[in-house]
Amino acid sequence: MLASLAFWAFSGVAILSALMVVIARSPVRSVMFLILSFISAAGLFVLLGAEFLAMLLIVVYVGAVAVLFLFVVMMLDVDFAELSAGFAENIPLGALVAVVLAVELLMIGLTWESAPQAAALRAAVTPDGLSNVEALGTLLYDDYIYFFQAAGLVLLVAMIGAIVLTLRHKPHVRRQNVADQVQRRAEDAVELIDIKPGQGIGE
Amino acid sequence: MNTANPIENIFLLAPEMLLAGGAMALLMLGVFTKGQGANRLISMLSIGLLIAAALAALFLTGDGGLVFDGAFVVDPMAVFAKVVIGTSAALALLLAMPYLESERLAKFEYQILLVLAVTGMAMMVSANDLISMYMGVELQSLALYVLAAFNRDSLRASEAGLKYFVLGALSSGLLLYGASLIYGFTGSTGFADIAIAVSGEYNVGAIVGMVFVICGLAFKISAAPFHMWTPDVYEGAPTPVTAFFATAPKFAAIVLLARVLMEPFGGMVDQWRDVVWILAVLSMGIGAFGALTQQNIKRLMAYSSISNMGYALVAIAAASTIGLWSLLVFMSIYVFSVIGTFSAVLSMRTREGMVEQIDDLAGIAQKNPGLGWSLTALMFSIGGLPFFVGFIGKFFVLYAAVESGLIILSVLAVLFSVVSAAYYLRVVRVMWFDEGEVEFVPASVSHYMITRIAGIASILTLPFVGWLIYNATTAGTALI
Repeated sequence: MLASLAFWAFSGVAILSALMVVIARSPVRSVMFLILSFISAAGLFVLLGAEFLAMLLIVVYVGAVAVLFLFVVMMLDVDFAELSAGFAENIPLGALVAVVLAVELLMIGLTWESAPQAAALRAAVTPDGLSNVEALGTLLYDDYIYFFQAAGLVLLVAMIGAIVLTLRHKPHVRRQNVADQVQRRAEDAVELIDIKPGQGIGE
Repeated sequence: MNTANPIENIFLLAPEMLLAGGAMALLMLGVFTKGQGANRLISMLSIGLLIAAALAALFLTGDGGLVFDGAFVVDPMAVFAKVVIGTSAALALLLAMPYLESERLAKFEYQILLVLAVTGMAMMVSANDLISMYMGVELQSLALYVLAAFNRDSLRASEAGLKYFVLGALSSGLLLYGASLIYGFTGSTGFADIAIAVSGEYNVGAIVGMVFVICGLAFKISAAPFHMWTPDVYEGAPTPVTAFFATAPKFAAIVLLARVLMEPFGGMVDQWRDVVWILAVLSMGIGAFGALTQQNIKRLMAYSSISNMGYALVAIAAASTIGLWSLLVFMSIYVFSVIGTFSAVLSMRTREGMVEQIDDLAGIAQKNPGLGWSLTALMFSIGGLPFFVGFIGKFFVLYAAVESGLIILSVLAVLFSVVSAAYYLRVVRVMWFDEGEVEFVPASVSHYMITRIAGIASILTLPFVGWLIYNATTAGTALI
């Protein structure tokens, strides 16, 4: 009873906040509603028994991605009202596309046949006797280690590529050199001069 | 899933682990050293690494087998492909060294990205699962996009990189969509399981998925009608990058395509043969007629590559053991002839810089006989004229097609081959009979050597083709 109440609350908030992301006037508010939507989805994951995924969703999406969005939205001075000015004229076309998509989804939904084992698989999100983290770890580091490592290599290539194509060493920019800073001694930087009263430095 | 020990035999992965580990070690070396000498050292080490990976594939993988629950396969076909890919990539890097130094592009990331791309190709030819297929394809493509735009201050190279990236992303989308359909309708991503699932009843969903996968891979081998990016990317990218594009990635993608069609969808030959048939005819036609009006030698090679992929597809359409080994023979000969040709293109340097128009070759046979003779032999060989090794490749492809009863396709292939001979002969005519005042400066040692050796090899290796065919037949029978 309590679980189904929580499910309706979380899913209701998730859908409403997702709607608000689209229709909110201020982009900053959109991002805030996006965060609310993520948190509701995290609640749904907890209900499914996937605590680790719920935590990941909060840490990665709310903690990193949404904050990044917020920075971008605040830093780029984009006038979203101006961007959506032509919205009303395009409504018929948009509605047509939406209807077509809805009909297609309906056709798929009506003809869909689930595999016979699907219900059983859905009931057991994690294997018995394993915690979430263990189950994910087994998948990623035992069963799918090859794909996981290959994905790592793809990301390494992406990183090298981004650096090769964008990093420029400008000649006049002074770069920090930690080793030099640490090795700097007082004698090299500061000169102590004993000034007699009334004489000044004398130069 | 077998969770006890997914890595039964670590030596089966020797080439990939060498390449990936070596690339990361060289990356560290590159970051913490500076100067021209260090860059040259990294180039030499990378070439050594590529050769070592080819040797590891040849000698360390033993009898082959499956790793990671069947996601990764080592069979004679994969070993053959890894040897050709490793060697041709090493040659492409050797070609790149003097060019990068003279064009002020010598940055160590070039070698690292090339080695990582080759890692992706090795994963592609060993892929035995939809996910490992996609991972391999994506690893090599991502590295290739960056290499295409490597000369980031050149507008044309940036455009080439961007174009390649956008169309490549589109093709990856097609590939993934097809893979998801296949998974949805067969319930597995493993090639062996898919083969069992589609062997039974007529499965429309899996066929649609398979056609999408073929389209995605056709982008990667630049088969028409998915060839639009090829001429622009070949022209815009730095020449040694183009030389690399035209060789190892093509070989990897065509071997992957052959494996996908013969292994999981081997039972659906009648369904995919028509698709491959159309791709082959379009590629040969567009390659042959498109090249006739080209003035730039790199664009000419792009169209030549499109039409040669058409012949490779003819071999796949044969869907037989003969088709597979003739595919390997044809592609091996093609890859090494193209390396030689691009070495000749890289020798086209005047006092002002690189030139790449066909007219710039005018009268080169008199002024620089070595270059002229070599390029002539290579053009004849790629064009498939008799008494050159390229002829042997095309001959066996046609033989395979006739054996499988594809008479119309063989006739079309011969006709388009005659058309394409016209533009190879045009290059030869310009070199021998036209007057030109362009003077080339002496080529660097590696370009000089590779051009001459490839030129001589296009005739003198004829007796050794038997040895190549012997190895390819063992590799080609692996899939059936």
